[in-house]
Amino acid sequence: MNMPKHRLDEQTIAMRVAREFQNGMYVNLGGGIPTLAANFVAEGREVVFHTENGGLGYGGIAATEEADWDMFNASFQPVTYAPGMSFFSHDEAFDMIRGGKIDLSVLGAMQVSEKGDLANWAIGNMADYNGDVVAWIRTGRFPPGIGGAMDLAAAAKKVIVAMKHVTNKNEPKIVRKCTYEITAPRCVSLIITDIAVIEVTPQGLVLKETAPGFTPEDVQAETEPILKIDPALKEIQL
Amino acid sequence: MINKIVGSAREALADVFDGAVILCGGFGCVGGMPATLFRALAEVPARNLTLVGNAPVLGVRAQKAAARTMQVPDWFADGELLLKNGQVSKLIVSVPAMAIYRLEEPFPIVKALQAGQDIEVELVPQGTLAARMKAARAGIPAFYARPGTGTFLQKGREVRRFDGKDYLLEEAIRADFGIIWAHKGDRHGNLVYRGTSRSFNATVAGAARVTVAEVDEIVELGAIDPEAVATPGIWVDRIVRRAV
Repeated sequence: MNMPKHRLDEQTIAMRVAREFQNGMYVNLGGGIPTLAANFVAEGREVVFHTENGGLGYGGIAATEEADWDMFNASFQPVTYAPGMSFFSHDEAFDMIRGGKIDLSVLGAMQVSEKGDLANWAIGNMADYNGDVVAWIRTGRFPPGIGGAMDLAAAAKKVIVAMKHVTNKNEPKIVRKCTYEITAPRCVSLIITDIAVIEVTPQGLVLKETAPGFTPEDVQAETEPILKIDPALKEIQL
Repeated sequence: MINKIVGSAREALADVFDGAVILCGGFGCVGGMPATLFRALAEVPARNLTLVGNAPVLGVRAQKAAARTMQVPDWFADGELLLKNGQVSKLIVSVPAMAIYRLEEPFPIVKALQAGQDIEVELVPQGTLAARMKAARAGIPAFYARPGTGTFLQKGREVRRFDGKDYLLEEAIRADFGIIWAHKGDRHGNLVYRGTSRSFNATVAGAARVTVAEVDEIVELGAIDPEAVATPGIWVDRIVRRAV
């Protein structure tokens, strides 16, 4: 008998992301699902959240009543003060990234390739517009923005992607080769989605965990490259 | 006596000229946006301006979408005003519009281009943008950085290999004016910020030929603990009180 399939919601994906937080890590969380993980740090673990606009050590996402315009993360969300916090300039925030001090960067993605190439800032390809973003905007398509994604993807010690497994049109987002403009080549090491946890290895993509009720075949059906199955495959643990 | 305090934002930006390159402090959200100075820039006759910043033209509608239950203060303004006036000919930015917000109207840059304005847009990774400003301040004309390697940004660019990895040549951004937000300042130009609103403000400070700061409060010399000064006065040329 088949178990009912259960896709993880965004909060639950974020809970799974938070399991990757090791004690003492400096962690940067990108917009969307990744930022939600700030509220799920396991008891007994201490991690320091870095935000590109110049903050280390914020507590979590702020409730409405404590929101302050001068306490925001880089995803335009109000965050809370926590003891030990520090503030600094934007250039210093990126010195920390480029200088290799960020242990973990969690980013959203539009596509991830089997080699770990990340595409997360443009729904399309700049080559179609001769590299000119104005030509792109004039077609009526939404303007792409790089933000801090290229810096993080190029220089964080470890990059994890947290995203829905497929697009709204059920197209795979884990692909053989990114068709969208890439953020950085070969930078992603782990992909956490609503149906699976997949490791990017030199031998290819390895399926490590599946959502309740999902078989490896179910995950493969929504994934373009061929997945290797980890012998220790298990259900996603929160 | 050194006195960098200027009576009004309009006066502080009176010498902005046609074709000036302007570094914009702030991150893109309400906190830290030099709104008083943006309003004043919209009143100077200068045109063909180049605006350089992380996300200086998102406009007030994006702020309202981001604010959720918070109120966007009435004093808020950004480079949207300059786009509406047709004063901008180039943007050097990391985020021209934010995909996570769907607005009732298009973002200001989209509207300006749809209206037939001729505006060039250069996209730069956020940290590289900050480093290009910092290099200008430090008198370093160019440097190599890793972000953007292996992407469309590499096309036509000088690449150098160090320790087996590729890096792109990045040039300092030479600018005429920098406009920044700070919390407090004194007549020497020493500044302190507040929370994450420091962001690009402390990066822009000193990176242009003339730096103009708007502050919540102008305090007596000595009122700011020297250990707490985030931007030393040497980087700041003019200070005005924020209009709220």
